Amino acid sequence: MPPKKPAKSPAQNSVQNIVDRCQALFDDLDFTAVKDWKAAHPGAKAIGYLPIYVPREIIHAAGMLPVGILGGGDQLEVIHGDAYYQSYICRIPRSTIELGLTGRLDCLDGMLFPSICDVIRNLSGMWQLLFKDKYVKYFDVPQTYRDDIAGTFYIHELQTLREDLGKMAGRTITDDDLRNSIAVYNENRVAIAELYRLRAVQPWQAPTSEIYLLLRAGMVLPVEEHTQLLADYVTAADQEERPRRDNCRVVVNGVFCEQPPLGLIRSLEMAGCYVVDDDFLLITRWLLDEVPTDGDPLDNLSKAFLHRSAATSAKFEPNKADKGRFLIEQVRNSRAEGVIFAAPSFCDPALLDRPMLQEALNRDDIPFTAFKYAENTGQMQAIREQAGTFADSIKLWSA
Amino acid sequence: MAKAAPQDVIKESSMLKQKEMIDANFKLLSTANEEGRKVSSTFVPGNLNELQMCFDLNCNFPEINALQNGMRKKSGRFIMEAERDGQSEDVCTYVKSDLGMIMQGNIGPTGDKLPDPDVLLLSYTGCFTFMKWFELVREKYDCETIMLHVPYQADGKITQNMRDYVVKQLKEDVIPTLERVSGVKFDIDRLRQYMRQSAKAEEDLVWILQSAKNRPSPIDAFFGGVYYIGPIFTAFRGTEAATEYYSTLRGEIEQRIANGQGPVTPEGDFGKEKFRLVVEGTPNYTNFREFWKMFYDEGAVVVASTYTKVGGVYDFGFRHDPDNPIESLADYCLGCYTNLSLPARIRMLQSYMEDYEADGLLINSVKSCNSFSAGQLLMLRELEKRTGKPGAFIETDLVDPRYFSAANVKNRMESYFQMLEQKSASRAA
Ligand code: SF4
Ligand code: SF4
Repeated sequence: MPPKKPAKSPAQNSVQNIVDRCQALFDDLDFTAVKDWKAAHPGAKAIGYLPIYVPREIIHAAGMLPVGILGGGDQLEVIHGDAYYQSYICRIPRSTIELGLTGRLDCLDGMLFPSICDVIRNLSGMWQLLFKDKYVKYFDVPQTYRDDIAGTFYIHELQTLREDLGKMAGRTITDDDLRNSIAVYNENRVAIAELYRLRAVQPWQAPTSEIYLLLRAGMVLPVEEHTQLLADYVTAADQEERPRRDNCRVVVNGVFCEQPPLGLIRSLEMAGCYVVDDDFLLITRWLLDEVPTDGDPLDNLSKAFLHRSAATSAKFEPNKADKGRFLIEQVRNSRAEGVIFAAPSFCDPALLDRPMLQEALNRDDIPFTAFKYAENTGQMQAIREQAGTFADSIKLWSA
Repeated sequence: MAKAAPQDVIKESSMLKQKEMIDANFKLLSTANEEGRKVSSTFVPGNLNELQMCFDLNCNFPEINALQNGMRKKSGRFIMEAERDGQSEDVCTYVKSDLGMIMQGNIGPTGDKLPDPDVLLLSYTGCFTFMKWFELVREKYDCETIMLHVPYQADGKITQNMRDYVVKQLKEDVIPTLERVSGVKFDIDRLRQYMRQSAKAEEDLVWILQSAKNRPSPIDAFFGGVYYIGPIFTAFRGTEAATEYYSTLRGEIEQRIANGQGPVTPEGDFGKEKFRLVVEGTPNYTNFREFWKMFYDEGAVVVASTYTKVGGVYDFGFRHDPDNPIESLADYCLGCYTNLSLPARIRMLQSYMEDYEADGLLINSVKSCNSFSAGQLLMLRELEKRTGKPGAFIETDLVDPRYFSAANVKNRMESYFQMLEQKSASRAA
């Protein structure tokens, strides 16, 4: 009898393999990928950042690894963190503190706290007190949009970050370093746009639970590797035939900071919703276009921020008439049939924005449903039922 | 101690004067639309009152309306109204109280109709929720809006970049827009004149707040302090009326010090001062008197508070400066308490604990306010460690009556006072 052939192993770059790798990165609350990167780059530093946006190009240009910190999810047992926060404050700061106090973030040499809300803002001060040996920066971004006013302020803030990181890296970050990093991130932006396009066109081929894991992988992997991973996934997903369901198409809004559990994202899909656009991990799609790689790099980053960046509740909308327009365009461009508002409990930015967005959707006859979650929400039954009912009602209306 | 019957609340003449001022402003607002006076709506922290007066604007302060409605037991139903209209139960109740009031006809706390604003001026200082509040109110009106973005003092200092950014916004956006809305040309000398008044009033305010260093303290710097900051935090900073108010108040307090008296409470003179506290956080307005009574009944006086710094921190030297009016407006906005970093807030509280010889620290953490509340538990630990003084932590809300549990707060405070008593007894032994 001939020897049995070994079971055919899935191709190196099959969807399953890529997703498994991303899942492993997602599950690893010890940030082993970051530690490995540092081991492979002796002396190089890693800088953490919280949602929503920091210019990772500057960190990259300093030869450092930008690392997205998104709380502890539903797998981290929060023991210390709860002692730092009242019950009426969202979960992400307490699980982030937990990650810090349990040494899981020791591999980071610094942390950036974007100006997103008062909780993250105050967390920056807590970090200053609790982790005195780390570089801590509250990264302020303008809420006004004139180049000669807000731009000047912002470029100065970018320059300060550039100098701080340059000092840490022990070298000057040149304009060419920055241009190169902008180009590298442009490639990543293009790859993500491609991924989103694939999902919008064929959501059954690229389920959101996978897209999400792919984006999460970009929080810990070097950007070049992440871009390649995205391209591999798109190629692999194209080659795989997956069953197409009679799901409705929705945009998910409100998930820009504290993360919903992966189970929640899967629940939406199981309940009959194809998510065709969202505000997950906005940093990956914050700048809407490629940033020019010629000219003054900080000026280019500033202009991209001021004039061509995503709308979200942490950002002021100067024109009343434009409130909600970005979301409506997401719906139109992705041919979505409705919107699911999912907001973290106690999240002032998301929850206060929601009625205004809903009003804008009402004006355009776009249906929506809304619920709250926490990163450690365990019971998905109610959410699944709500999403299922919503999906059914959309199908009924469009029948 | 001379205690008044609960119904006839004791008021000093400065309090009466203040009430007159506030009532008059509500009256002024109620007729503004008909009489063609222009109205701005703006927030307390970082408010540009002197500048707005240069354009003859009448000022409406949504936060003041919310707290006044809280004190008059009206906020609860406004909040419910806003929640029925789709606002989440989780979010800041100041916002909901304001929205609910607007939805129910925009009748202000004194029963006078509030006007439609001609301009919404968001001095965006120290609180992210302001931005959403402002956007939500903007939905209801068709008027000009101004965003003045004030960067956060994350590293405990005002950088030149921050100052320049605010100054430029003031010069190139805020002032031209206010000129357009009001039809009044900007006159910097007028601004300087108002600022001179502001600085005088600020000088007296600081003296008043620091009078609590005396033993006994002639003032309560939190419950009483809420009244003392009223004029200077709102539509009166820069007016002669405010200057007079603070000088009258100072006179009263000088007299109290000379007489060796403690603060005035709603029930009359404070008895023997037993405990000196520093308070971090906001008051609760729905049960303000009841809350205060829990303190003065136990002989506890608040000698310093951070809430009395939300509309401006003056006790570390800042004054509005008529010689550099625009720059000093910028510094004022940048320096308001909730725009300070957590370490800076802790340093401020530590200095209060030491300079005012406090026995303890109370943190009143309010559900509404992430700006104040997020991080307060760490502040408590840090301050206990640095000062060796015990702290207490209670949870209430600003204007949502559902979150004030009198029994819980009283229990907590009583056991805290007992602990302070034991500590002082063991020190004396
Ligand atoms: S979940 Fe919302 S409130 Fe909490 S930190 Fe994030 S943005 Fe702030
Ligand atoms: S969050 Fe706090 S500072 Fe902001 S509006 Fe509400 S009560 Fe005021």
